[in-house]
Amino acid sequence: MQILAQQLVDGVLIGLVYSLLAIGLTLIWGVMNVLNFAHGEFLMIGMFLSYWLYTLAGVDPLFSIPLNAVALFLLGMFIYRFIISKVMTGPPLAQLVVTFGVSIFLANFAAFIWTPNYRFIGHTIFSGTWHLSGIILSVPKVISSVGSILTSGAVFWFLRHTRTGKAILAVEMDREAALIMGINTERINSLSFGIGSALVGVAGALLATHYYIYPFVGGTFGLICFCIVALGGFGSIEGAFIAGIIVGVVQTVGGYLFDPAYKVAIVFLMYLITVWIRPQGLRG
Amino acid sequence: MRNITGKQLIVGGAVLAVLIILPLLIPPFGQHVVILTLIFAMCGVAWNIMGGYAGMFSFGQAAFFGIGAYTSSFLLMTFNVSPWIGLVAGGILSSLMAAAIGYPCSKLRGHYFAIASIAFAEIVRIFFNNWEMVGAAEGLTIPMRQESLANFTFNSSKLPYCYIILAFVLFALAVCRLVSTSKMGYYFRAIKESHEVAQVLGVNVVRYRLYAIMISAFLTSMAGTFYAQYILYIDPASVMVLAISVQIVLVAMLGGANTVLGPVVGAAILIPLSEYSRAWLGYKGTGFDMIIYGVLITAISMYRPNGVWGALAGVVRREK
Amino acid sequence: MNASLLLDVQGASKYFGGLQANEDISFQVSGGQILSIIGPNGAGKSTLFNCITGFYRLDKGRVLFKGLDITNRKPHTIGKLGVARTFQIAQVISDMTVLENVMTGGFLRHVRVGDVRLKAEEVLAFTGLMAKGNYNAQALSVSDKKRLEVSMALAMEPELLMLDESMAGLTPVELRGMIELIHKVRERGITIIVVEHVMEAVMELSDWVIVLNSGRKIVEGSPKEVVADREVIRAYLGDRYDAVCP
Repeated sequence: MQILAQQLVDGVLIGLVYSLLAIGLTLIWGVMNVLNFAHGEFLMIGMFLSYWLYTLAGVDPLFSIPLNAVALFLLGMFIYRFIISKVMTGPPLAQLVVTFGVSIFLANFAAFIWTPNYRFIGHTIFSGTWHLSGIILSVPKVISSVGSILTSGAVFWFLRHTRTGKAILAVEMDREAALIMGINTERINSLSFGIGSALVGVAGALLATHYYIYPFVGGTFGLICFCIVALGGFGSIEGAFIAGIIVGVVQTVGGYLFDPAYKVAIVFLMYLITVWIRPQGLRG
Repeated sequence: MRNITGKQLIVGGAVLAVLIILPLLIPPFGQHVVILTLIFAMCGVAWNIMGGYAGMFSFGQAAFFGIGAYTSSFLLMTFNVSPWIGLVAGGILSSLMAAAIGYPCSKLRGHYFAIASIAFAEIVRIFFNNWEMVGAAEGLTIPMRQESLANFTFNSSKLPYCYIILAFVLFALAVCRLVSTSKMGYYFRAIKESHEVAQVLGVNVVRYRLYAIMISAFLTSMAGTFYAQYILYIDPASVMVLAISVQIVLVAMLGGANTVLGPVVGAAILIPLSEYSRAWLGYKGTGFDMIIYGVLITAISMYRPNGVWGALAGVVRREK
Repeated sequence: MNASLLLDVQGASKYFGGLQANEDISFQVSGGQILSIIGPNGAGKSTLFNCITGFYRLDKGRVLFKGLDITNRKPHTIGKLGVARTFQIAQVISDMTVLENVMTGGFLRHVRVGDVRLKAEEVLAFTGLMAKGNYNAQALSVSDKKRLEVSMALAMEPELLMLDESMAGLTPVELRGMIELIHKVRERGITIIVVEHVMEAVMELSDWVIVLNSGRKIVEGSPKEVVADREVIRAYLGDRYDAVCP
């Protein structure tokens, strides 16, 4: 029982990081109907940025958050502007495949310049564990989750209360109508891609505090993110947030109850069962 | 439906003649590339039936490829069953799996279908990766047997493999052509346009989508069995990974989805390109070839999203 | 009358959340008739179409086709039984030629490609699209797309053809053409239900008209009776009615 509670807590903690990752992906998907397969590789780049800042300049990962956000924002805008926007009018299949190309390129380029080895940031300002009535809480994980919640909250606020945020939501709801209302949808596209990527940058810094860093780390994260986003429902930010926590819990608790080797398979299976019952996702 | 014209017959015959003679003239590595090209051509043709015609963009074909490879190998090693029977058994098993996963996904379209197909293939891969009976992550090493067609084993030369996979590709093309020019092909295209339109025209959408997935799975599985008998070593990391699924989609897309011959053209361009670039650039194990591959995929999507076959066919049509 | 009763809708009701899109609608159509369903926007005409053809599930009521209960059957089953329909915004298969589109409908009754092609060509000759058989369906004008949709439906050899606003957005000349086509279809013995806004077409085509307002059937009768009905005028004109006819 004690162990199960421990798994549950760990599940929620990792789930909250998933939520942040998935919000970035769902924003892009919702606004421009593009599924970014390179999302996981963006995360990898974010993690490496934090790693190098830590290793070369001694900057704690938590302090690299703003820099990560800006760097990934620019990377996202760049990739949208020079690659994604070129295929937006093309056949749907090309839109799906193009980001695969970017993802393979980024992962292997990282492996080429940084070698495929695993790295780890040993000490951060928040290390160690807390003990809470028998449950062990890893401090970096708690900090990551709190960071995720704060960032997600900021995104909610931004979308609901700023002019640009409202414009993004308007485009997500009805592109044609938004265009007629005088919203520059092309600008919104690249902005959303930038913001979606910036969120991954933040998540990368948060994960770098306690997770292995290697060029192919994005693969599994990316795939899990797709499930979360689809589970949450097309473009639904709230849906992605909730689905992220669900997936985190299912993965950790499921892995504990059956076999850790199958923990990712359990997530995929849950996804398939859910879309069987509700093809439009939880909130679609 | 258009009947085959005399001109097309001549061109087709010429291409076939080249494919029959070419392997005789080139070194073993060249033959190896030809074989890999034809393996992916077959998978591309199979993908095209469900993706190009029926509009279901599967990114999980590696599952069927892997099931085909594993079924024949397992039957051969455990019960000494001929790989030829394993070929059919794998095909049937893949089709059944395809139906089992296709049915619950029958309402999914577009991105949702693509994600579901990845999820399915990953489940299958993780399962095989942990299944001790089929060697788990270590995979299976298929024992060498007496060289003969009946044994599906040839030790002294790659040539027989060339001709067997060529025959497989011709079989797949015949199936694809038969499907695309019949009631099924018309119904697939209606489904691709919209489920609503298809239903109004009296199409049982769920059933016809299953037909498309099952045919596609069967052919992909055949290619998987062939791969196992050719390479004689399989593990989940080589036959069931997402990279294989993506390669299959690319072959079909580059050639031109929605045309019978497109995927063959796509494979003929993509596979030699990636194999030779691996041979030249990848020898240090730096993965430089994969960087090129990533750029290639991106460039194809940007500049040739409708495939090269479409452009070629356009030229041919204008000539008439 | 009962012998030739083709479609019998009994108390059809459909709700979306709290909104009653259709409330207890009953009507009958005999073989060979042309029935029009009219009513202001949002009256529930398209919903009724979707309920009859199986795209929506009815919450209450029954639909009988040739005495057979087809309530909540799958759309393709209803199509197979002999009910064809078109959509408000013409839906065709965009990467096919006109001929191929019609052939796709023809496969419902024939298997051999040759037979289907003959059938499709016969239908195209009938609907006047023969000359455009090799055009890409996407390239057609609005009017021709609607004609193509009717052709696809006819290739299914239906007994009942349901047309959802087939005349909306047509020029006067195109409108004449469509009215003539519908007359010709009826002469073939096919029963027709139209949802229509163009009153000129309704008056000329219909044997019988039912009027919906706010999801309910308010009146039915011959076209002449219906247009003279005060309640119908009120439904269409709303409050302005009282100003016009005190």
